Order: sequence, then C-alpha cells, then structure tokens
Amino acid sequence: MDMSMRKETPLSGGLAGVTLGRPMALTLPVVVLAALAPWLVSAYELNLLARFLAMALLAMGLVLVWGQGGVLSLGQGVFFGLGGYAIAMHMKLAALADGDLPDFMVWSGLDALPWWWVPFKSPLVAILGVVLVPGALAALFSWAVFRRRVGGVYFALITQALALAFATLLISQQPSTGGFNGLTDFQTVMGLELGTPAAAHGLYWLTLALVVGVFVALRALMASRYGLLLRAIRDGENRIRFLGYDPTPFKVVAFTIGAVLAGLAGALFTLHAGVVSPALVGVVPSIEMVIWVAVGGRNSLAGAIAGTLAVNLAKDGVSSAFPDLWLYALGLVFVLVVTLLPGGLAGLVADAGATGWGKRLKTLIIGEAK
Amino acid sequence: MSAQATASHIGTTAPASNLLLAMDGVTVDFDGFKALNGFSLTLDRGTLRVLIGPNGAGKSTLCDTIIGRVRATSGRVIFKDQDITHLPEHEIVRRGICRKFQTPGVLPGLSVVDNLMIAAKRDRRWWSSFRHGVAAEEKARVADILETIGLADRAAAPAGQLAHGEKQWLEIGMVVATRADLLLLDEPTAGMGPAETSQTATLIRRLVGQHTVLVIDHDMSFLEQLDARVTVMHQGQFLKEGSVAAIRADADVAAVYLGRAKENTHHV
Repeated sequence: MDMSMRKETPLSGGLAGVTLGRPMALTLPVVVLAALAPWLVSAYELNLLARFLAMALLAMGLVLVWGQGGVLSLGQGVFFGLGGYAIAMHMKLAALADGDLPDFMVWSGLDALPWWWVPFKSPLVAILGVVLVPGALAALFSWAVFRRRVGGVYFALITQALALAFATLLISQQPSTGGFNGLTDFQTVMGLELGTPAAAHGLYWLTLALVVGVFVALRALMASRYGLLLRAIRDGENRIRFLGYDPTPFKVVAFTIGAVLAGLAGALFTLHAGVVSPALVGVVPSIEMVIWVAVGGRNSLAGAIAGTLAVNLAKDGVSSAFPDLWLYALGLVFVLVVTLLPGGLAGLVADAGATGWGKRLKTLIIGEAK
Repeated sequence: MSAQATASHIGTTAPASNLLLAMDGVTVDFDGFKALNGFSLTLDRGTLRVLIGPNGAGKSTLCDTIIGRVRATSGRVIFKDQDITHLPEHEIVRRGICRKFQTPGVLPGLSVVDNLMIAAKRDRRWWSSFRHGVAAEEKARVADILETIGLADRAAAPAGQLAHGEKQWLEIGMVVATRADLLLLDEPTAGMGPAETSQTATLIRRLVGQHTVLVIDHDMSFLEQLDARVTVMHQGQFLKEGSVAAIRADADVAAVYLGRAKENTHHV
C-alpha cells in the first residue's frame, strides 16, 4: 500500500480515497450518522453497535501490526482480555464495601483479596491498567521474540500458544479469576449507573469518539516516516537492516500499539457486554479477530472497521438462527477472502473504483456529499 | 591504540591513516567447510578494488563477513582502526559500510524515491522516525542520486515495476545514498546488456575517490572498463593481486578458472 503514490494521484485510486486519501467527503456523514445512532436504533441494536465499535479499535491495531508490519498475531485475545479483566476487576471491587470479597471468591472459599486485585480498587489504576498492562506485556514479549529474529509463522504460533495459555490460566485459577464464567454482574463504573439509557449512550459515544480518534491517529502514523519504515521492514527486513536500521524496535512499537488498542477494546467491550470471560480471549476469538481484518482489508483502517462490523453482524444473525453453523460459515468466509479477495472489502472497493461504473458511483457519492 | 598496532602488524605499505579496511586472517567455517580460510585483505581510502574468483571461491562470503551477515570463526575485521568483527549488522552499516546484494534488494512496494529516502536518512534510530519533515540536505542528495542513476523520471514508480537493470542501479543508488565510506557491490552488472554494463562501469568510476569501492564481478569486459586492481580468490584463500592485464596473463589464475569449470572460460 503505497501512500505517497495515492497522494500524488488522488483521482486514480478510486474509492481508496475513502480509506487513505480524501476522507472527509464520506467519513464525516458516516460519523455524524453514527453519533445519531442512539436515536435511530433500538437499545439492543445500539448495544451491539457499541460492542462492535469497541472491537473495531482492536481491528485497527491489527492493520498496523499485520497489514503494515507484516506481523501476524493470533494472540490479540490476550491483550483484549487483559483490558477487559482490568476494568472488570475494578467494577467488582467498586461495588463492595471495604473488607468484602467479590461473590465468586466467597463461594470459592477465599478469605482475603489476592494481592494483585488490590490496586484495581482505584479507578485510576484500573484505567491505566487497561492500557499499560497489555502494552507492557506486549512490549516485553515482542522485544524478546523479535530480537531473536523469530518471525512469520513461528511468531504466529507463539502468539497462539500465548492465547491458549492465557485462557487456560484464567479457567484454572477460578477462585481469583472467576474461572470459566469470568467476571460479570457489574453495577456501576466511575459513578455511572450501568444499564440506564444515559450510561448506554455515554459509553457508546465514548467508544465512537475513541474509534474516530484512533482512526485519525493511526492514519497519521501510517503516513509518517515510521509507517514507511514499517512497511519497508515488512517487505525487506534484511535490506533495511543492511541500510543501518535496527528493525526490532519498529516492530515492537507496532505490536505494542496493537496491544494497547486491544486492551482498550477489551475494556469497552466489557462495559457494553457486562461480562468478560475466557471464552472471549482464547484461541478461537483471537483467530476471529484476524478474520475481521482479513475480510475488511488488512491495509485499510476503514476496511478494518467495516470488516469488524460486517463479520460480527453476520455472527449475530447466523448464530442466533443456526448456532452450530457459525464457525463453519466463518471458516468459509475466511477461505473465500484469502483466495479471492486478498485486499478484503477495501480492495474490492478500490478495484470497483478503477472501473467505469465505480468511477460514476464515486462521483455520485462524493457529489452528493458536497 | 591497539587498533593502530594491528594495522601495522598486517604490514600494509600505505600509511595507517589512509587504511580504511583490513581483514586479518579471517576464517569462516561452515561445519567443516572453510568458505574463507585465513583470508587477509586491506583497502585504502578512495580506491577501487575488484574481487574475482571461480564459483565457490568465497567472494560473497567475504562481503557477508565484512557486513556482519556471516560471522568470522577466527580472525578480525578492522574498519577505520576499530574492530567491527562482532558488531550488530546495523551498527556496522552506521560506521560506514554498505552493501549491494547479488539479487537486487530494493523494496518493491515502495516508490523509487522512498527507497532512496530511507537509505539517505542520517539518523536511523527508531524514535527519530516519528519526526516530521525531511532534511533539505537529504532531499538534495536523493535528487542528485536520482539524476546520477538515471531514474529521475521514474521517481514515483514502485520499485517492483522497474526493469532488472534499473533495479540494480536503484540499489547502487541506495548504497551510495547512505554516504558509506566503503561500498560493497556484489555483481552489480548481473543481468545487464553491454550498454548497461558500460554505463554501470562509468557510474562506479565516478564514485571512486569519494568512496572506497569493492566490486565482485565475473564479466571481463566490465573489469577492463573499471581498470582497477584485481584480487583473485580461490577456495577461500588469496591467490593473486595485480592489474587487469597482469591477472589476465597469469597462468595460475587461468589454471584455477579452467581447472574448476569449463563454462567459466569465457569470463577470464
């Protein structure tokens, strides 16, 4: 994805301008429409949309890590889970009187709060923990691995093992983690009464604002010299090394940003869904996250958001009608995208833009927007 | 000043201040196969040297060892009076050595100008990549190199779309853009026709003086156009050194080439 080319020839890139070149024409109406969603859709649909937008934060992180950096991570669920558990632990503790224990700990026979729970009583620690715990773990882990020049499929397998280990650990430590059921039954967060329309709307807007902010920030990062070098390392790590650059920190930064966004996504998702559990953070969810981005287009931020919404809407539809079919359907979609649409939805849109019909459609859309 | 002592120990005829690179008895052992066997070589600043030898003589391994891609089993590589034998690759490059690979190592997804910009960047530490703007000096240098390698009108094209010869020139341009004191050019004319080869020879001759250049190549007409001192390697060891004409007339060199492989006879 050569962005300097895009800038010089904004008209020949078709609708790719939506993702990278000239975003305002289409992006602004979409954001306005999304901001009005609380009055346009039902409370149930708004909650779904809020969850999916939270996941889109993680998906945009994968664009940086996988699309731009060429580093396939099958362990994003770990960072998603760390963010989710950090905020969930705070909410469990905030609802308690001093000295009381969360209900599941009492049932498991614990008589004191585990030491690593204690700091999360503080809202500040919890909020910092949402981003710093996944960020620090990702930075240490990826530095150790990339420094040894482990990459490609080996890195993917290591991250998958990490996801498996994390989910297994959560389940096995039931007295302090809530085990298979995870953490749920939250009442308030930062003084906000969960379950009220005001809280639902506020959290939705917070999520939307973060999606917009991260979109803008990542676009700038991808257009910077750092982004250029990240893509260069993806395409020829050795050439870059023998031009005097050390590729390791570039990849560590990308992986860490991806993990921070995953942690943020996990925390927001937990707020919207009212639960965080091992079933949301293990191997299968981590692979699903990669599929959202593959479907949307792994080099396009807008594509990643669209792919996340599309796959999760489909999941909601398919799995409520035919619960057993979802994983087969997802696998089929993945195979089709990889074989027929390597650029995902974003690539499809860009290709359509190159044809006559696509150009006419683009003129129509951008003309209307003006 | 043990590095100074080393330089004189190697016994170069040039004054130590003029010495850029010294390989001191370097052996590279690949599980019993000695790709380099006690090889020594010195290069003075601003000179051009050509390295030839039959396939498997260790020419590419020599470049790999200087640049840190392959590590010496024994012996040392001294660059600007400092031991670089065990430095990380990117650190060796930052000291002033850059290498063109045998198969063109351009970044296919990036434009020609971006390839050069990355190479021309002076501050290659990761945190400086977040800074905005490009130094005017770097821009001017890239524009200058684009002219020199004849790719000014292809500046915006993805490097992957260039013809093979153009890729070779782009990579030479990238190596030059790093401002390295020592340029290692591994088969810079591979896949080129006679006209392109001749242009490449002119290009390389213009680099000498400002840079020290070590060229690996087989093509005899190319060597004659370069008109430089030639070092001949054989089985990881030094065989001969001399002018192109002297090497061409040398019986030992001829024996090495003829004895090794008949298909090499048209080269030397």
